[in-house]
Amino acid sequence: MITEAVQGRETYLNASYGIKSWLFTKDHKRIGLLYLATITLFFFLGGAFATAIRLELLTPQGGLVSSDTYNKLFTMHGVAMIFFFLIPSIPATLGNFFLPMMIGARDLAFPRINLLSWYLLVIGGLFALFAMLVGGVDTGWTFYTPYSTTYSNTWVIATALGIFVAGFSSILTGLNFIVTVHRMRAPGMTWFRLPLFVWSHYATALIQVLGTPVLAVTIVLVFCERVFHIGIFDPALGGDPILFQHLFWFYSHPAVYIMVLPAMGVISELVSTFSRKPVFGYHFVAFASVAIAVLGFLVWGHHLFVSGQSLYAGMVFSFLSYFVAIPSAIKVFNWTATLYKGSISYATPMLYAFGFVGLFTIGGLTGLFVACLGIDVHVTDTYFVVAHFHYIMVGGAIMAYLGGLHYWWPKMTGRMYPEGWAKLSALVIFLGFNLTFFPQFILGYLGMPRRYHVYPPEFQVLHVLSTAGASVLAAGYVIPMAYFIWSLRYGKVASSNPWGATGLEWKTASPPPPHNFDETPVVTHEAYDYSTVMGEVIEVG
Amino acid sequence: MASEAHAETLALREQFDTAAQQKDASTLGMWIFLITEVMFFGGLFLAYTVYRSLYPESFGLASSTLNEIIGAANTAVLLCSSFTMVLAVRAAQLGQRRTIMLFLVLTIILGLAFLGIKGFEWTEKFHEHHVPGPTFHLEGTAMQGQAQLFFSLYFAMTGLHALHMVVGCGIMFYLLWATYRGRYSAEYYTPVDVGGLYWHFVDIIWIFLFPLLYLIDRHLK
Amino acid sequence: MGTLRLFPDQASTIAPEVDHLLYFLLAVAVFFTLGIFLSILYFAIRYRRRSDRELPHVIHGGLTLEILWSVIPFGLTMVMFTWGASVFFRESRPPDHALQIYVVGKQWMWKLQHMEGQREINELHIPLGRPVRLTMTSEDVIHSFYVPAFRTKQDVVPGRYSTTWFQPTKAGRYHLFCAEYCGTNHSRMIGWIDVMEPQDYQNWLSGGAPQGTLAESGQKLFESLACVNCHKADGTGRCPSLVGVFGNTVHLAGGGTVTANEEYIRESILRPDAKIVAGYQPVMPTFQGLVTEEGVVQLIEYIKSLGQKPGGTGR
Repeated sequence: MITEAVQGRETYLNASYGIKSWLFTKDHKRIGLLYLATITLFFFLGGAFATAIRLELLTPQGGLVSSDTYNKLFTMHGVAMIFFFLIPSIPATLGNFFLPMMIGARDLAFPRINLLSWYLLVIGGLFALFAMLVGGVDTGWTFYTPYSTTYSNTWVIATALGIFVAGFSSILTGLNFIVTVHRMRAPGMTWFRLPLFVWSHYATALIQVLGTPVLAVTIVLVFCERVFHIGIFDPALGGDPILFQHLFWFYSHPAVYIMVLPAMGVISELVSTFSRKPVFGYHFVAFASVAIAVLGFLVWGHHLFVSGQSLYAGMVFSFLSYFVAIPSAIKVFNWTATLYKGSISYATPMLYAFGFVGLFTIGGLTGLFVACLGIDVHVTDTYFVVAHFHYIMVGGAIMAYLGGLHYWWPKMTGRMYPEGWAKLSALVIFLGFNLTFFPQFILGYLGMPRRYHVYPPEFQVLHVLSTAGASVLAAGYVIPMAYFIWSLRYGKVASSNPWGATGLEWKTASPPPPHNFDETPVVTHEAYDYSTVMGEVIEVG
Repeated sequence: MASEAHAETLALREQFDTAAQQKDASTLGMWIFLITEVMFFGGLFLAYTVYRSLYPESFGLASSTLNEIIGAANTAVLLCSSFTMVLAVRAAQLGQRRTIMLFLVLTIILGLAFLGIKGFEWTEKFHEHHVPGPTFHLEGTAMQGQAQLFFSLYFAMTGLHALHMVVGCGIMFYLLWATYRGRYSAEYYTPVDVGGLYWHFVDIIWIFLFPLLYLIDRHLK
Repeated sequence: MGTLRLFPDQASTIAPEVDHLLYFLLAVAVFFTLGIFLSILYFAIRYRRRSDRELPHVIHGGLTLEILWSVIPFGLTMVMFTWGASVFFRESRPPDHALQIYVVGKQWMWKLQHMEGQREINELHIPLGRPVRLTMTSEDVIHSFYVPAFRTKQDVVPGRYSTTWFQPTKAGRYHLFCAEYCGTNHSRMIGWIDVMEPQDYQNWLSGGAPQGTLAESGQKLFESLACVNCHKADGTGRCPSLVGVFGNTVHLAGGGTVTANEEYIRESILRPDAKIVAGYQPVMPTFQGLVTEEGVVQLIEYIKSLGQKPGGTGR
């Protein structure tokens, strides 16, 4: 494909102007950008809470904020990051933008439902934001009963309502993706010619559709308990607080796979493009995605090992939790093997991919520790768990998200980001991340509990290291914000395929026309066939 | 058969290549939505099952105060409404506009009848002091907390179901209006089809609710 | 700032077991982490792109490799599971002769009661070398009793008892933390476990409790709450005699049986309608709100002492 000048050509960005053309758009690409703006806001909000948390934890006696305020800070950090940043992130931005293009479609199956999904996220976000502004909520993002239903005096209902509404955003996105992948693939685009990004979003959509409704009904029950005191989770009325935990984790465990599966899909694309080879073991990676989605529904009880659930239930859940580790391991090995005898580029997206594989490996391996009954008794509800999930969510998912953003930025905007600054940021983020979270493994095994802002003095050194890392990490996140905005005006104009990648999205101009393809493409090649793109000029090696 | 971008019609929106593809996609979409609804109600069914097995006596006693005649009547009403809905879809397949409207109207009437009967039943419960809250009291047991829990779940489950019925009636009204405006034909009647799917689903939820809430252990009364 | 520790004390019999399990998992984790990191580093350097014209030879995959790197990790995880489950099993089964301590957690303090009557707040004195069994409940929200040096943790739930046990192996003072978020002062719901040499513990115990042993306090409650009017020891009352009931099987109306343990006694006091003894009427009123969790514990110890040989100080 030849580089096309943006000027004079109709793209999805200039096809229509004005705020109404954005707020009432049906174009999946514009909706992807609407989501991008929304989740970026919530990311920085969650990040602000994290900054406050790490500052408070510099000294053993705290002192920057009161106990109540600290409890609200970690709660709102979790709520903002999980429900309003991580869960939507990759599927609603990169997935919305690229899934239809990757399969050769003009849009998703239900464009207006797609727009509705975005509005639901915004409305849910406004409820949550309202709660944060008028006083906050202090139940922890897990809002265990009976604390959340009977004892907390904070804005539980408003926050829960926000999450409830945002949940429907997630469900509708999942529904849209499933129908799209089933019914809108271009001729010749068989299941096993799909990019692995599509496979992982399909698997994610299965979880969104099956798991999120259970969270929704759990929130309804919490609402009824808090407002009407029906007694479902209140022992004094015959209710069982542990029932809440089962219902909550039935969604919230699969939810972590909603957060990581799309990231894995991005990594498959990056590793392939920047090795110029198909992903090693394509079928295994595809099936592993679905396996993770299915198995992820069977392991929720590993959050309840010390809750008082029966010994035998604990054993069953521990056993099954080890099963779900295997498909993830398979993927890591396959990505690594893809590098073998490849043509490895060190472009920024690939640096993020390397970071992901390394940090996800550590995060995933520490999952084996918490799945282990004997060890989990000691480390559950400590900083060990906090470190474990941040390695996966931040070291994994967020790095993949940034890698994907950099990779597809030229396609979305028609501009290249500045490669030097980008590489620097990737390095800063990697170093800052590890400095922040590695000490927390040690803190956790030493016994430092979660959600404490006052702690014994012997833990201080590790907390100081962690906070130092957090400041580096914060800087690392701010720099890309700056240069991405800069690039919109001053970045080098991008060709339609600056990376020499395969995939239908790279066959269109950068940025793409409103309908993606003037004619529905016919697919005749297998996925990741680089012999078909040998003519492309690679802009960044 | 590559397809070009085209102007949009109801039966063939611009993202689809053929009308058949659109119909397939819409139907699949509705089925997936109904599966999410199963998961949604499922949480309540699970809670009910757990507590029913924990407190069989209290729940049995509370359940026996429900009016099974009214419950059965409502079941019959809903089954008939599903029948009229099927007939509406059949009429749509044949492109018979007036017949579609007739059966949609009958479905709506039956749906509203269901809601009316439910309202009457709930009013009865209110007067018997079986509505959870400060005035709750169930005769014949000291375990008032457990009995109240039964009724909380009863009102939550039948209330959620009733809400879905209201939405269903709303959908029926929309379909009635759209049929009146001539939007549907034998070639394109997908909204009637998927509206029917939704209606049948809400009916099936009731088919599970009725025995679980009203009929189990009734002989022990 | 304090010295930097990297590892907690091992102060219980189970702690070294947990740590050995940890070492195994650490070894596996380090092996795979290094393996992946070094492979990536090596491949990225060895196969770095030298020209844009490169088109690597396509390698789609290898079934043997896939099987190898599925089965071997799976085998390792099964070892982890089995070993972890066996440690967990031992952590869940207190020995019969364990010293019994009752714990009531509430926002934001720990109340501990010894059988001999001593009450402690946020501190627990125990002797070295004997297993200790904690029976715990909460008065309000869920808490969690965590002693890092012992590697034990158990959630403390309102409305039911949960148990944990440990056998201390080293005298000293060890942190006690609440490990389940419980509101404003969660970070301050902490305390100390004082493990003493057996002789020192006896000395501490004999400092005595003015109110008498738990069982003695329970007896006073039993009388003041008028339980004694219906539960006559000779069985002539309207309700079953409680002599020797603890630990035995109870036959219920409606056909089932239940073992009369702490949970059953507590339930019978707070929700008497839940299980009726065969041959009796459901006439017992509930004492919910009339007796505290500590009171329930005292009543339980009193009932345990009925039918026991006199002079026992905990079984």
